[in-house]
Amino acid sequence: MTKTITDVICPFCGTLCDDVEVTVSDDGKKLLEVANACVIGTEKFLHSQSSDRVTKPRLRQEDGSWKEISYEEAADYTAKLLAKAKKPLMYGWSSTNCEAQSVGNEIAEIAKACCDNTAAVCHGTTLIAVQDIGLPSCTLGEVKNRADRVIFWGCNPAHAHPRHMSRYSIFPRGFFTGKGQMSRKLVVVDPRCTDTAKMADVHMQIEQGRDYELLDALRVALKGEWLPDVVAGIPAEKIREVADILKSGRFGIIFFGMGVTQSLSKNHNIDAAIALTKDLNEYTKYSIMPMRGHYNVTGSGEVFAWQFGFPYSVDLTRGFARYNPGDSSSIDLLLRGEVDAMFTIGSDPGAHFPISAVKQIAKVDSVCIDPHLTPTSGVSKLHVPVAFNGVETGGNCYRMDNVPIDCRKVVEPPEGMLTDLDFLTMVCTKLKKLKGVA
Amino acid sequence: MSEFIIKNGHVFDPVQGIKGDKKDICIKDGKIVDKVGSSAKVIDAKDKTVMAGAVEIHAHVAGPKVNLGRIYRPEDKLFSCTPTKGMERMGSGASIPTTFKTGYEYAKMGFAVAMEAAMPPLFSRHVHEEIRDTPIIDEGAFPVFGNNWFVLEYLKNHEIENTAAYCAWLLNVTKGYALKVVNPGGTEAWGWGLNCLTVKDPVPYFDITPAEIVRGLMEANEYLGLPHSVHIHPNNLGNPGCYETTLDTLKLTEGLKAKNKFGREQVLHLTHTQFHSYGGTNWGDFESKAKEVTDYVNKNKTITIDTGNVTLDETTTMTADGPFEHHLTGLNHLKWANVDVELETAAGVVPYIYSPNISVCAIQWAIGLEIPLMMKDPMRCYITTDHPNAGPFTRYPRVYKWLMSEKARKQQIEGFKHKDKVLSQTSIGTLDREISLYELAQMTRAGPAKSLGLAAMCGGLKPGMDADVAIYNINPDKPIANPDDIEKAFSRCAAFIKSGVQVVNNGEIVSNGNKRTLWVNVKAKENPQVARDINEKFVKYYSMTQANYEALGHHFVPNPYAIEVDATQV
Amino acid sequence: METVTITIKNAPVLYLEADTISPDAFAGKSAAQIAELPVFEGNVPSTLGKYFDVKGNAGATAADTKIVVKGDVKKVKYIGFKMTAGEVLIEGPADQYVGAWMKGGKLTAKGDVGAFAATAMKGGELIIEGNAGNYLGAAYRGDWRGMSGGKILVMGNAGSDTGMYMLGGEITINGNVDVHVMTHAEGGKVTIKGNAASKVGGQMVDGTIIIFGSLDVMMPGFKPNGEVELDVDGSKAKFAHFIGDMGERHKKKKGVVVYGNLYKKI
Repeated sequence: MTKTITDVICPFCGTLCDDVEVTVSDDGKKLLEVANACVIGTEKFLHSQSSDRVTKPRLRQEDGSWKEISYEEAADYTAKLLAKAKKPLMYGWSSTNCEAQSVGNEIAEIAKACCDNTAAVCHGTTLIAVQDIGLPSCTLGEVKNRADRVIFWGCNPAHAHPRHMSRYSIFPRGFFTGKGQMSRKLVVVDPRCTDTAKMADVHMQIEQGRDYELLDALRVALKGEWLPDVVAGIPAEKIREVADILKSGRFGIIFFGMGVTQSLSKNHNIDAAIALTKDLNEYTKYSIMPMRGHYNVTGSGEVFAWQFGFPYSVDLTRGFARYNPGDSSSIDLLLRGEVDAMFTIGSDPGAHFPISAVKQIAKVDSVCIDPHLTPTSGVSKLHVPVAFNGVETGGNCYRMDNVPIDCRKVVEPPEGMLTDLDFLTMVCTKLKKLKGVA
Repeated sequence: MSEFIIKNGHVFDPVQGIKGDKKDICIKDGKIVDKVGSSAKVIDAKDKTVMAGAVEIHAHVAGPKVNLGRIYRPEDKLFSCTPTKGMERMGSGASIPTTFKTGYEYAKMGFAVAMEAAMPPLFSRHVHEEIRDTPIIDEGAFPVFGNNWFVLEYLKNHEIENTAAYCAWLLNVTKGYALKVVNPGGTEAWGWGLNCLTVKDPVPYFDITPAEIVRGLMEANEYLGLPHSVHIHPNNLGNPGCYETTLDTLKLTEGLKAKNKFGREQVLHLTHTQFHSYGGTNWGDFESKAKEVTDYVNKNKTITIDTGNVTLDETTTMTADGPFEHHLTGLNHLKWANVDVELETAAGVVPYIYSPNISVCAIQWAIGLEIPLMMKDPMRCYITTDHPNAGPFTRYPRVYKWLMSEKARKQQIEGFKHKDKVLSQTSIGTLDREISLYELAQMTRAGPAKSLGLAAMCGGLKPGMDADVAIYNINPDKPIANPDDIEKAFSRCAAFIKSGVQVVNNGEIVSNGNKRTLWVNVKAKENPQVARDINEKFVKYYSMTQANYEALGHHFVPNPYAIEVDATQV
Repeated sequence: METVTITIKNAPVLYLEADTISPDAFAGKSAAQIAELPVFEGNVPSTLGKYFDVKGNAGATAADTKIVVKGDVKKVKYIGFKMTAGEVLIEGPADQYVGAWMKGGKLTAKGDVGAFAATAMKGGELIIEGNAGNYLGAAYRGDWRGMSGGKILVMGNAGSDTGMYMLGGEITINGNVDVHVMTHAEGGKVTIKGNAASKVGGQMVDGTIIIFGSLDVMMPGFKPNGEVELDVDGSKAKFAHFIGDMGERHKKKKGVVVYGNLYKKI
């Protein structure tokens, strides 16, 4: 017999769909079917059932081979690594729950480490912009119920957040948007003709690296001032036309992604987009929202912030929190050879960081907490598999609009496998002992 | 559990009418008792002041807009962080402290309870996570109702029973404490970039007025018999001339009587009254209307207020009055954050510098002090800074100094660049009243506890009450040589016992105690109509399922304390 | 003026945070006392004397104190941090935060310096004979109050984000600059003798930018406003004048709107 669990939250991307239905065996040990999730989410749930999962911690030997060890030994190794290091980096946190993030913070504070999350390679630049200029925003339900102007700037939700448009931004019939997609005009800004761009009412095929200039031009157009003939490859008349489309709506929302956060200008692109949003509020109602990637990078930012005061790239080495991306950010720390130990959890810097930074991870003593075999686990000295959050253990997560949703456990993890929270708690206890802390 | 005896202290307890007499306070098993055995730990409070733990009735300390403030203000933490020390986690944030720092700072000032002033219900899990991570102090949170679509629709047809049923449901699923109303109707209008500036401005589409919203919620509150009254931040906050909207709002209480089993006598609590007591027509002729507002409140015993004192610091404003924050960024051009919350509310955040060199700020400072000095009943007037809006809560001792010492006020006025304007636009120069220690205990302990419906539990030192006892280095028998000594004494208590555990000794944290989350568990009559309406709105309009909205597991509220309300027999 | 010479003797394995290398921290101290000043390598507290050889006593005050830093300090951060008076001479390349939050005095770096030099500078003089890293004379994260006074001269090139949120003071770069100059500025002046890239003066409310060399892409918010002759460092030249950023808010002085000014040599 089987049972179907409803209201399941998908632990993959920042869309954090919470209407997923998962069918499991009666004894709760096998996950059989997933309904309502996109292909990526479905695979997230189903792949947890792989027969070839790593089920025990393994330690890299002198000859390069792996040796299985117990969780107890793994926790010992990790605690010693953190106790000894002069400047350890504890990175990732984005694919785990807030309860685990909180214990991780406690460990980082005791170890006097640097701690950082995947915003460092993603929306960290958004956070810098928000710190410089603010953030007029809203929850996704507001978009669903009110928005008649939707802008996707430098992002491709058709591929990266597959159900975003059907759950929130384009198709839903909300309270004031009963005509669904017919009540909305879509503007896409992207150098490529993506699947999302193909759906647009207006696609501004922008010259790469000139988003900052185009955003400035839109602000100028709103004010009715002089413009050069062409900006960022877009003719001035088109820019003015788009400014009018934006202005003529009654509720607009700008969504943006890596196309602007990690291209030339980075945080300044977002800063200018936020400035444009603020300007549009002189005429009508506008909000702006980052398309967060990992399903709980937002949560990591929230927990860092209420416990330490900063959302990422936090340096605790002096016994109090400091923050300055460029100094306290992970890639810079690694590239400059500033860290002497690496702890990775809930992320894959081996795959996402520049190779020269990954080489640094390979050089130092390191631990990787991950259910998968990844490029990070490949270069780490200790690999600790844990249960999948949101599948084999529950815990609170934060959606791209900062709304907290408590993920559910739908199936048992493999026999004897610990959760992040279990393992981190063990490490914390051992570290406290080593440091002589109560 | 431990026994304590606090000996030889000068006790100020408005609950028992003790006005500084030397009295021993006995504690056993977390409660005040008549006497204890000889093995009780002795705390010598000779020449010191003893009061119950203070009760914070309104502060923004936990939740999404507070954290947005932290995230977007790294400069609030520059060079001002405190390191990990002993059992204290590291702390940071001058105007928006981190959760650890919040708990420690309140405890070091002898606060036992703090109420998070505004919880957007969709974000209840976030609020409770931060409350859980705030050590030592008991906390509760007020969900916001004044712009909620269910409330707007029910009250348009004056459906009090349905409104009450919805309010009961929402309090239960969010583990909330009271019915909070912020800029009624105006924040829903803000969903379209609009606002409601008077109590008669209709809300776009919903076509209901703020007056109808406030009156209806007060009626629902009394229908349920909740421990606290409706807690309101009226329309038109912060604008010259807004006092008229304030009086219109207060007049909505006429004819209403408090109905509850908790000893609460008010039907409305007006918060951060300073921001709502402005006259004039622009920033040039801006003046105080503290007298007009306090005159009304003095005459109407069904209203309690808190002050919202300006402390003259660089701070961060944050409120569910979204349109106000947009207006403020238009004035000072500082970074503006805003979050509109579907079906429920909004929030805005803007930094603000209350400079003593700016006449408007100095007048605001004066208004904040005029109000408590003009209020006749200290049991109905509580001291706050609407933290962090008018100033950080860590400045409370400075506010006490200004209230207790006319000399300190005069010194501050002398330091104003536009001293003459402050004196001409307010009556602060004419007020020589000095708040006594007993009145201070009324305004910071017994009064707010009673208003919150917690009079049986906290705010006093009567046997049977919770053992929250604060001891301050201030000797009532000695005249105060330097007013700064008042500020110093109340900034770091000599000792603080919270729920029968000593948590502070000589201004240092010695234990995390046993913090609780206070919430109101309302048993209401079954209402299939409302249940169906809730279900429908989740299916159609919310971006989250009802089951996930209602999920607030144990890991969010590990130590709950429910105040039970039985509204089934109404 | 008394001179203290510190020479690196033990290079840090990681990086050294030496915010105590400033005339203000040294003032009134003997060489032995200076050697006891705290420094940090990662989370390990240490003393200046473990890394540097210290010779000479400081003056009685910061104004009376000169510091000469010798040896390879490529991995030393915060030299000249918060100094208010006196002199500092760094003979080789240094790392981040050189002269950060300085209020006065004279700091000379003979080599390159890393990022975040002169963060939120309030006064004094900073001369960088090599190249400057990113965020020269910029505000700290989130602060709308950036550099407000003092003079910076870079003889080489500068990185990106020069003068962000600048309010006052002057920066001169003899070489080239990377993207983003005076973003969000509300005052102050940046002179670029070499070439600029793009995003110059973005979101500027007020202030002055002078470019002698080339500019790859002008911000669309800068409107042509004729030509002027300017006298820069004693020599006169003709410049195309642009006002902006027209997409940004601007203040009024005596009823007239005040724009930022960008001059590009013709």
